[in-house]
Amino acid sequence: MANIVIDRIRKSFGAFQALKEVSLTINDGEFVSLLGPSGCGKTTLLRIIAGLETSTSGDVRIGDRSIIGLAPKDRGLAMVFQNYAVFPHMTVYENVAFGLRMQKADEARVKAQVEKAAGLLHIEPYLDRYPNKLSGGQRQRVAVARALAVKPKVLLMDEPLSNLDALLRLEMRTELKTVLQSAGTTTIYVTHDQTEAMGLSDRIAVMHNGVVEQVGHPVEIYNHPATRFVGGFIGNPPMNFIKVPVSNGQVAAGEEQLAAPKDVGNEIVLGLRGEAVELAPLPQGLEMKVRVAEPMGSHLLLTGSIHDQPVRVILPASETVKSGDTIGLKLDSKRITWLSPESGRSIPAVSA
Amino acid sequence: MTQNRPWIPYLLILPSVAFLALLFVVPLVQTIWLALSDNGAPSLANAERMVTDINFTRSVRNTFLLTIVVVPVQIAIALAMGTMVSKVGRGRETILWIWTIPLGISDLAAGLVWLSILQNTGYFNSLLFSLGVIGRQASWLSYQTPIALFIAIAVAEIWRGTAIVMVIIVAGLNQVPKEFKEAAEIFGAGPWTRFWRITLPLIRPALQSALILRTVLAFEVFAVVYALGGRNFPVLVGEAYNWQNQNQNYSVAAVYAVLIMIISLAATLIYLKALKVDPERLP
Ligand SMILES: Nc1ncnc2c1ncn2[C@@H]1O[C@H](COP(=O)(O)OP(=O)(O)O)[C@@H](O)[C@H]1O
Ligand SMILES: [Mg+2]
Repeated sequence: MANIVIDRIRKSFGAFQALKEVSLTINDGEFVSLLGPSGCGKTTLLRIIAGLETSTSGDVRIGDRSIIGLAPKDRGLAMVFQNYAVFPHMTVYENVAFGLRMQKADEARVKAQVEKAAGLLHIEPYLDRYPNKLSGGQRQRVAVARALAVKPKVLLMDEPLSNLDALLRLEMRTELKTVLQSAGTTTIYVTHDQTEAMGLSDRIAVMHNGVVEQVGHPVEIYNHPATRFVGGFIGNPPMNFIKVPVSNGQVAAGEEQLAAPKDVGNEIVLGLRGEAVELAPLPQGLEMKVRVAEPMGSHLLLTGSIHDQPVRVILPASETVKSGDTIGLKLDSKRITWLSPESGRSIPAVSA
Repeated sequence: MTQNRPWIPYLLILPSVAFLALLFVVPLVQTIWLALSDNGAPSLANAERMVTDINFTRSVRNTFLLTIVVVPVQIAIALAMGTMVSKVGRGRETILWIWTIPLGISDLAAGLVWLSILQNTGYFNSLLFSLGVIGRQASWLSYQTPIALFIAIAVAEIWRGTAIVMVIIVAGLNQVPKEFKEAAEIFGAGPWTRFWRITLPLIRPALQSALILRTVLAFEVFAVVYALGGRNFPVLVGEAYNWQNQNQNYSVAAVYAVLIMIISLAATLIYLKALKVDPERLP
């Protein structure tokens, strides 16, 4: 069993706190992404798990055994680096074989496992070449093959696709998912790209300023962000946040009355996904002033304001809204997130 | 811009080419002619005179011995220093600065520093005496103590010439991204394996430069030897100097100069071949 327990990890660089008590549990065989903007501490956390960095306090356990204090090689994990770190002076074969050679595996096993890993990542044709002659995508495959060849219990990846161009990134993303699903390795995947995290992960841990803001299934995080930061960071366009008045426990959206959560003040923030709306005639619907309408082919993107606060919504491509129009919107009440105007945290809705 | 005026690059390098031609190629040709001629006609008489001199074999042997001992020790020390300093966080610059002080000292001055330490009334003897190791002044630099003399010269040369090797190697080490070592560490390589299998191959170009530079300089060793051993420890450049100044025989001195050049070129070629840097295998 290779479940990973990250237990109240803190890390300071001098006076700067890069990680402020991060806790996270990753189940055996699970794919979890650490997602967050640059500088939020993802790499630092990954390097602490790998043993390349020491934590200021806290514990990391793999399979219920504390690994803090163990050398990286004794932790039973493999890692894929952002800049690949494929050894330039070794052939692709020797690169993939490196971990096995360090384990003093016999030649037959080295050969078998290198060929298996190379097959998974389609790099057999390059096995006797040097990495310098390979493209970024091919080097990336070598780095992943090198990691998989040792059959690690835990695989750590630090922004493995960020150095690839957009098209290749999409292709590698799909391929990684296939490869890792078949390997069944517990994986921690660091990225700042939300689409990557959404597409690959069983669960996502969204990080911000050295804190895990929310952990959950991609769809759950998308639909029910725990904080304003998560809602704004995930999704394209990001979630809309509209401050609205509350009267008698109700919020008016056009003529419709939405039930606000219990025990809130005079104001609440309504978190609205851009696509959780449909067109409604005016005065019934909630009024939106459209500043720009952008037909995107697959959908229609509208930028404008509701209650004088900026919003972006998405309508089906078939709708004919133009820049400058004023329209009415019906909100999908099941997909509304209520947030506290003070703390920015979500407030559970009243169950119907 | 330069496409319209293709002669501009040539114009810009002209001064340096002219300078080198004047001050390097011309004397080189003159020296070779001086070495290989006698009274205006080609001749091997000077070479014969050099080879039959009693100091010739000794100077060749001494120079080679010194090179073989000094250069590997310098490379090893520089690698150790470079690796250690790369682990240091704060104060790194200061340490490097202190280590490179010998770079700023001329080799004659360096020889004199070591002479003041090792001569009969020097600091070394005073220290040994005060510790009770020796009862009276010992002599380290005479022709009767050739091994002590050799060690003294080797130590002085190592002290003086390691800094430049270290500077080159530190520059080489800085070029190696830390992820290579970290990847090796994660995949199970211990410190020695990382050093031999990852670091050393990756700093090959720097190593090659350092080896060539140090070996060529080692074959030209003179001032330190002269200060410490005088004529008790003949070396090639020392002999050239003696033929030129003591014996006033410029031709034999020229043969020595040509010989030193040939040895240096040969050493360089051997390094270039043996440590071939394949651009394909660089980061
Ligand atoms: N060795 C270090 N010394 C000082 N500060 C560091 C060091 N490593 C990382 N940091 C700081 O810690 C924060 C988190 O860094 P990092 O984990 O690399 O972020 P991420 O990978 O999420 O972009 C950043 O503000 C970074 O500047
Ligand atoms: Mg990072």
